[in-house]
Amino acid sequence: MTLVAAPEGRSKKRVARTSAALWRRPWLRATLTLSPPLAWFLVIYLASLIVMLVTAFWTVNPFTNNLQHGLSLANFRALFHAPIPTIIGRTVLMAALVTVADIIIAVPFAYFMARVASPRARNALFVAVLLPLWASYLARVYAWIVILTKDGTLDWATQHLGLGSPNIGYTNTAMWLVFTYIWLPFMIIPVYGALERIPDSFIEASADLGARNVRTLRSVLLPLALPGIVAGSIFTFSLTLGDFITPELIGSGSNTNMIGNVIYDNIGLANNLPFAAALAVVPIVIMTLYLLAARALGAFEAM
Amino acid sequence: MEGRATRVVLVLWVVGVLLFLFIPIATIVVFAFDKSNIQSWPIRAYTLHWFSVAWDDPQVKSALWLSLKAGAAATVLALLLGSAAAFGVHRYRFFGREAVSLVLVLPIALPGIITGLALRSFFTFDGINLSLVTIIIGHTTFCIVVVYNNVIARLRRTSGSLGEASMDLGANGWQTFRYVTLPTLATALISGALLAFALSFDEVIVTTFTAGAQNTLPIWIFGAIRLGQQLPEVNVVVTFVILLTVIPVAIAAKLTGGGGITRSSVRSAADG
Amino acid sequence: MKLRTSSRKRGRGAAVALALAIPLVAAACGSSASTSTTTTAAPGGGGGLTPPEQNAPVQTSVGAGEGQLNLIAWEGYAQPEWVKPFEQQTGCQVNAKYAGSSSEMVSLMANGGGGQYDLVSASGDADLRLIYGGDVRPVNMSLVPSWKEFRPFLQSPAFNTINGKHYGVSLQFGPNDLLYSTKVFKTAPTSWSVIYSKKYAGEITIPNNPIQIADAALYLSKDKPSLGISDVYELTQPQFNAAVSLLKQQKPLIKAYWNLASNEISLFQNGETVVGAAWPYQTGQLQAAGAKVADTIPSADGATGWADTWMLAAKAPHPNCAYKWLAYISTPKIQAEQAVSYGETPANADTCALMNKIAKGSCVSLHANEADAYFKTIKFWKTPLAQCGNGKSDCVPFVDWQTAWTQITG
Repeated sequence: MTLVAAPEGRSKKRVARTSAALWRRPWLRATLTLSPPLAWFLVIYLASLIVMLVTAFWTVNPFTNNLQHGLSLANFRALFHAPIPTIIGRTVLMAALVTVADIIIAVPFAYFMARVASPRARNALFVAVLLPLWASYLARVYAWIVILTKDGTLDWATQHLGLGSPNIGYTNTAMWLVFTYIWLPFMIIPVYGALERIPDSFIEASADLGARNVRTLRSVLLPLALPGIVAGSIFTFSLTLGDFITPELIGSGSNTNMIGNVIYDNIGLANNLPFAAALAVVPIVIMTLYLLAARALGAFEAM
Repeated sequence: MEGRATRVVLVLWVVGVLLFLFIPIATIVVFAFDKSNIQSWPIRAYTLHWFSVAWDDPQVKSALWLSLKAGAAATVLALLLGSAAAFGVHRYRFFGREAVSLVLVLPIALPGIITGLALRSFFTFDGINLSLVTIIIGHTTFCIVVVYNNVIARLRRTSGSLGEASMDLGANGWQTFRYVTLPTLATALISGALLAFALSFDEVIVTTFTAGAQNTLPIWIFGAIRLGQQLPEVNVVVTFVILLTVIPVAIAAKLTGGGGITRSSVRSAADG
Repeated sequence: MKLRTSSRKRGRGAAVALALAIPLVAAACGSSASTSTTTTAAPGGGGGLTPPEQNAPVQTSVGAGEGQLNLIAWEGYAQPEWVKPFEQQTGCQVNAKYAGSSSEMVSLMANGGGGQYDLVSASGDADLRLIYGGDVRPVNMSLVPSWKEFRPFLQSPAFNTINGKHYGVSLQFGPNDLLYSTKVFKTAPTSWSVIYSKKYAGEITIPNNPIQIADAALYLSKDKPSLGISDVYELTQPQFNAAVSLLKQQKPLIKAYWNLASNEISLFQNGETVVGAAWPYQTGQLQAAGAKVADTIPSADGATGWADTWMLAAKAPHPNCAYKWLAYISTPKIQAEQAVSYGETPANADTCALMNKIAKGSCVSLHANEADAYFKTIKFWKTPLAQCGNGKSDCVPFVDWQTAWTQITG
């Protein structure tokens, strides 16, 4: 890097003056850098969230089907009527199971990618992990229907191996499998990032101190990888919490309702926007709590 | 460091995961050649017919073009706004900083249906017609998060002394930004842009709420799957997209050194 | 790069942010924003509603095309086959937004189409919602010449004609018929009882749609006449509860509730189900792929059906192109093309020969040759409202159908 030559000419003087002015007024720099993104978020995103949440306190007139403004807790009370609590519980449980499965699958994979693979292999694996994200989500879910249906590819394969016919199409197991599959790249990438950042010297130091592999894994690697795991779990958890397309395509419809599709069902013909908004509060609250916990665990450093 | 047995197990695990990731993709590609438009295993007859159908279909071309436009615009906006946000949050201590960093993650942390619903009510409230502009607004909102995360992660890992050294050598703020800050951020920006574009290109939930009478590629795919009359055409289009994206993704992966600063380049950045 | 800012400047950035936020939040709270239609429909005497747009000015002639037409349509309703000739003839470029459910269509048409959309091919269950929501306006039928050729029962049906005003042009229709595997059923079932029967447990499928409650009510109207069900879309609470309880009993027998036609096709193709509720579209696709299935309207019970109407948005930006489309899409030739392409029955009665020319035997398989009496057995979808036809207002509105359906499916 060569020394930067002294600015000359009028426009360069202007640049130099502006930049000096900004240097002396950090608050101006802060405002200038932060205003555009913050304005975007406040004006477009937060304001619209608030507008939507306000409708949760309204009700629908059953005769005219119009929205009645006002302050009513009827929709929030309706969240406690069966089967909504079951649906919420099922969705949260599904999100948790998907997250756990993705963590288990991703960590060894990311470990290999970050610490064992050669740089060329690492690049190839990275491409391999990113590529499925470009093959339409819808097409991949639809492909699973073909694989999991009765006498589909899975049944065909297991029959050839003499393992009988699992026939898990249209079940909650199928949904869990598809969710785990679809969000897997979102878990691998942050975990890989976290593992990759651990300097070799840490491992060497741990070995020097007498720890064997398992101990190093437990006491050094996993704690340092934790932010990455938590960051990945934010994705898998929230994406499962709000998805309505996979339940629609893979689920049987019988005891497979999830928060996402109940919200979706209520906003069109049923025109029950207040109830949909009230139900939408549930994932917002869950995810906010999750985010606060994640930040405490340092996940925001690792995303 | 790892023993041989561990290494073998890891390799097997990696192979297994790769199979898991790619068997559905292989299914998509194989069924692009299926003569019947009812997708069922085993395939009885093969044909190349659907390739010509997809090639001649004007709706596919316009949907693909719209997706590219929306993705490019959203990525550029996200790069600008996301980096600005990352700089702001990283460098300046201000009241509400913790809250801001939380809010900036919301579009990705909250389910898509909520973001979509909220954005739609915002547009209706302001009387903004749904169009390509609203699609771009929707996509930018969550793409900002991805760029922000990448840039702030990199900012946290780079040493502040580089910028100060540059100033000491007589560079003004703009020159420091251009010759010192930007190069260190380059790979973070590239991987952020790549991920943002991927998210925008394949996004369907928020887009259904923010699109007007336009179809992006995922919306076209959704419609085609619902219609179910020409399913293999969807497979052809998806196959084509996968093939198209292998090269840019591979290049980007090479440029970013596998997605981030590698251990070796941390060492070199610290040294020189 | 850590640049230390003095602590006294710390508040500035936040202050700016808050300054931006407060007026916005205030505006949002004080607004009457909503995504639904909030036009007031004054309840008339006897519980009758009046459509908000009923006095909207109706076009008397069709002027020059505006060059563009934005449609909300079911997939398959705007195929290049008939859209391209239309574009060439009229110069109106067609942009189609495909919707997957009546629910979505209502959602998209909020606020009169938002000044974006011109026409929507709504099914009967959405029509009344759109009309009473003020999202669609009356159509001048004299500008649609082929209307005179329509089957009488579709010229002014109750689901799109209110007080003599037409809110759209009927398009095509079809029954929700009984699809069955010919390997299991040697003769066509004569009653819907087969889908409620334990004999086929785990091999039954019905649509994942709250309007199915009407189908259950239809079966009960014959099976339990004491309930007094006459109109399956106007159910009093006891009638509604009986239908819901029948569906709850049916639930353990269901293999899957299908969301997409292609899902149901897949279920039958792979032998997961042997009987279920479907549209003639699925039967056509399955038979074309060689599956051993057939469909029927059970003679003992009849069936519900759907009829689509092209409705004109209240705020349509291209009304001339819209009228040109209405006139075009209702001509016998185009009706025949669409019917065969999708698998439905045209509203235009002069289409039998044309359909057979496109696809042999399609006239019979799609029932385009039947006399009107056949269609009398079909109870076409209409939006369930609280207002019952008899002047009372104690029927169950659709919002409660959706809630009950979520309880049924669990």
